[in-house]
Amino acid sequence: MKRIDALKAIYPELEHCIVVTIMGAVAAELQSLGHRTNFFYLQHAMGLASSVGLGIALSRPKLPVVVLDGDGSLLMNLGGLTTLARYEPRNLLHVVFDNESLLSVGGFPTATSTGSDLAAIARGAGVPRTATVTTLEEFTQEFQAAQQARELTTLVAKVEATGPAGYVTDLALLENRYQFARHLKSLAEE
Amino acid sequence: MPVSVQSSALIYHALKDCGVRLVSALPETWLVHLIRMAEDDPAMTLVRLAKEEEGVGISTGAHFAGVKSAMLMQNHGFLAAINGIVSCAQLYRIPLLMLISQRGSFGEKDPWQTEGGGVTEHVLEALRIPFDCLDAPEQVSRKIAKAQTLAYSASRPVALLLSRDLMWEDA
Repeated sequence: MKRIDALKAIYPELEHCIVVTIMGAVAAELQSLGHRTNFFYLQHAMGLASSVGLGIALSRPKLPVVVLDGDGSLLMNLGGLTTLARYEPRNLLHVVFDNESLLSVGGFPTATSTGSDLAAIARGAGVPRTATVTTLEEFTQEFQAAQQARELTTLVAKVEATGPAGYVTDLALLENRYQFARHLKSLAEE
Repeated sequence: MPVSVQSSALIYHALKDCGVRLVSALPETWLVHLIRMAEDDPAMTLVRLAKEEEGVGISTGAHFAGVKSAMLMQNHGFLAAINGIVSCAQLYRIPLLMLISQRGSFGEKDPWQTEGGGVTEHVLEALRIPFDCLDAPEQVSRKIAKAQTLAYSASRPVALLLSRDLMWEDA
């Protein structure tokens, strides 16, 4: 499965969610499908995308929040899984694209390439719903099932270690940040 | 345990008066009463962390969602959170209110706290984070309010160092 195809498959669903992504390929590929003001790309601070998602999910429990994480980023904040599990926000869906590689810095293999199992780690941390998928069909099915379940889910999608040609887009970091905050504020006023 | 309940209550009520509705924390001796007050308050969301850097992300998310927050941590936790502070809170201009217990200052008896005490203020300066020290009870409320005001007007992290004189009764 290619990550860009997985993103295409869930793109229509993301329109109705608050989306937080990691930096690098995930951010660039999602933007290539079309930026929306409900998407925030955390373009550094590796590991913290899931924590940002938790902060939003706890503050706005009625909004569906989707975090698009990666193996390299999640490995930098494994303790954060225990915090997610501890507060167990029902409106948080934590997707991890696992390409077993630090792709954007030259493709060096991460520990998932030698057997570390992120879904098992999430399960061990106490995340109530976890799954690992390897095909696009399974991914789409599990993503939809997780949204319907309304229960904290970590969904690990095994993807190929391929990405876009470049990572810098014409969306400035602060432009994205203020658009996103305004988007959330507009929902508050509804 | 001679941690001052009175000073902890002053700090907690100052945070409440500033509209803080979410507190993230990692326990340390000086913070025990503050954390219990947050835990016992149904109007406060307390997020207990595994590591302090997570709190930067959580406060960022809370800010985007329109909720005022604060981080409670020891200075060694601040040192552990630096990349998050730089690459999330500073890069994205987040008004982050950090309350940091200043362990390792004069009077410290624990040998393991002493190195962090000597570098905390220098690191805050190097990061260009405005900071002040909370040491006199009568100044707690005003200083916390003023720190939060600057955090929001500058859209940047600010820090208040909780001193031994304020937090420890037999200092």
